Amino acid sequence: MPFSTPEDFAKDVASSVQDYSILSGRAVADLFSKPRYVADIFTQMDLIGVGSLPIVVLTGFFTGCVLALQAAVSLKEFGAVNMTGRLVALSMVKELGPVLTGLMVSGRNASGMASELGSMRVSEQIDAMRALGTDPVRKLVAPRLLASVVMMFFLAIIADTCGIAGGAAVAVVLLRLSASEFFHTGYMALQHGDVIGGLVKPIFSGFIIATIGCYYGLTATGGTRGVGRATTQAVVASAVLIIIGDFVVTQLLIGFFGR
Amino acid sequence: MASASLSEKGMVESMAPGTPVVEFEHVSIGFDGHEVLRDVSFRVEPGETRILLGPAGGGKSVLMKLTNGLMMPDSGSIRVFGRCLQEMTEKELFEMRAHVGMVFQESALFDSLNVEDNVAYRLHEEHVSEEESHARVVEALRFVELEKAIAKFPSELSGGMRRRVSIARAIITKPDLLLYDSPTGGLDPITSTTIIELVVKQRDVSHATALLITHRLQDAFTLATHRWSPTKSAMEPIPDHGLDPGTKFLVINEGSVVFDGGTLELTGSTDPWLRSYLQ
Repeated sequence: MPFSTPEDFAKDVASSVQDYSILSGRAVADLFSKPRYVADIFTQMDLIGVGSLPIVVLTGFFTGCVLALQAAVSLKEFGAVNMTGRLVALSMVKELGPVLTGLMVSGRNASGMASELGSMRVSEQIDAMRALGTDPVRKLVAPRLLASVVMMFFLAIIADTCGIAGGAAVAVVLLRLSASEFFHTGYMALQHGDVIGGLVKPIFSGFIIATIGCYYGLTATGGTRGVGRATTQAVVASAVLIIIGDFVVTQLLIGFFGR
Repeated sequence: MASASLSEKGMVESMAPGTPVVEFEHVSIGFDGHEVLRDVSFRVEPGETRILLGPAGGGKSVLMKLTNGLMMPDSGSIRVFGRCLQEMTEKELFEMRAHVGMVFQESALFDSLNVEDNVAYRLHEEHVSEEESHARVVEALRFVELEKAIAKFPSELSGGMRRRVSIARAIITKPDLLLYDSPTGGLDPITSTTIIELVVKQRDVSHATALLITHRLQDAFTLATHRWSPTKSAMEPIPDHGLDPGTKFLVINEGSVVFDGGTLELTGSTDPWLRSYLQ
């Protein structure tokens, strides 16, 4: 394979960013005009939301468990084991719930979208759809985008809940702490800004998962090998962008809420 | 087909007299610095069946996608139903495509939908009622003699059956223009003849304008020399070695048009490359 010059590489990157931006913009605009594929939106909500429930519940629960264990070890040195609930609740709601849910859902759904749309693209089904008078962005991307954003919001809440429940289970069963103290310190630690931040982040993650998955799928070339490559790139790009997006949103929220 | 659809408003009828259904003017397109079509000009009149011939890799499929607005040329203009494709918005292009039926080289059926849903795809998009949609699907499948496969999925069909479903999907709304991209490609001679018979039947029954790519000269000349007999329900040779006047040829080699004309002109051509290609 020949090496591309830095100039060609820069042009390719700029062109990809431009294509991605156009695709995302069109998908968002399509949500506000007819025709809308309502049945496809609910199908995708089921696939993305209900389908991701087991991994989100398990990941959230055991992250909360580990967090409580690790926190207790550190807090014990300062005689503050009873603050475990505060640490678990803050960590889960502000960061771990939204980010881990984003990463888990991206691993499952960005790859699924890229491989499904990529297979359709290389077998000319996308062209057939256009030839039959249907806009593939409206039919395939817009429902996935809306479903991802809506379901990520609820999945993050479920992950937060399961994480706090996992932390509470460890605190009560292994650390012999009082459940009411755990929940009380956790509840008192959380402020509006923390909760809002934890609910805003998954919306961005949902947007990234759907647009990146669909972009790599719709631009897949080179047969089954190309579909495999698109799938891998979608997972890597969405995971990296979720982390970067998390940093940017956190910075903005700190500027807005002061924490 | 049972009842009125969007396409039955008739794009061809609404065009000014003398306007070709498809018109290419000095069209060129290239990919990665390689010119695939070079200064291509031709026109397809209403009711005409234009057969695209030429060696593989000559740009025929690209020409077909350009006709349907699935690609845009680097230079030149393409007019379909009298309207320039480059001047149309994406929304207008989708509306235009509702009047065009396309059969893809590899059928391009939606593999997650069964035959009925594949054929009825456009009807579902137009929110046609389930009963009417089913009736029209059965009729379209009967036309391609495949009504028994209505509940099957594309993976359960042979290559020839998929091609026939693809034809049924393309004709279900009675389009004004049909684009066949190598409908017999990769099929055995018997199945190829069945597909060509369907194309002849569609041509003589609906009189729709069509562009057809084929690599098999035998198929091209069958189209030019045969007609559909409603009494026999089969294709038959036109008597007295007659030729279908509406069937014309466009030969493309290395991205350029090397022949544009009727059957007799093609067979009587003295161009050395064309003679060797036809032999």
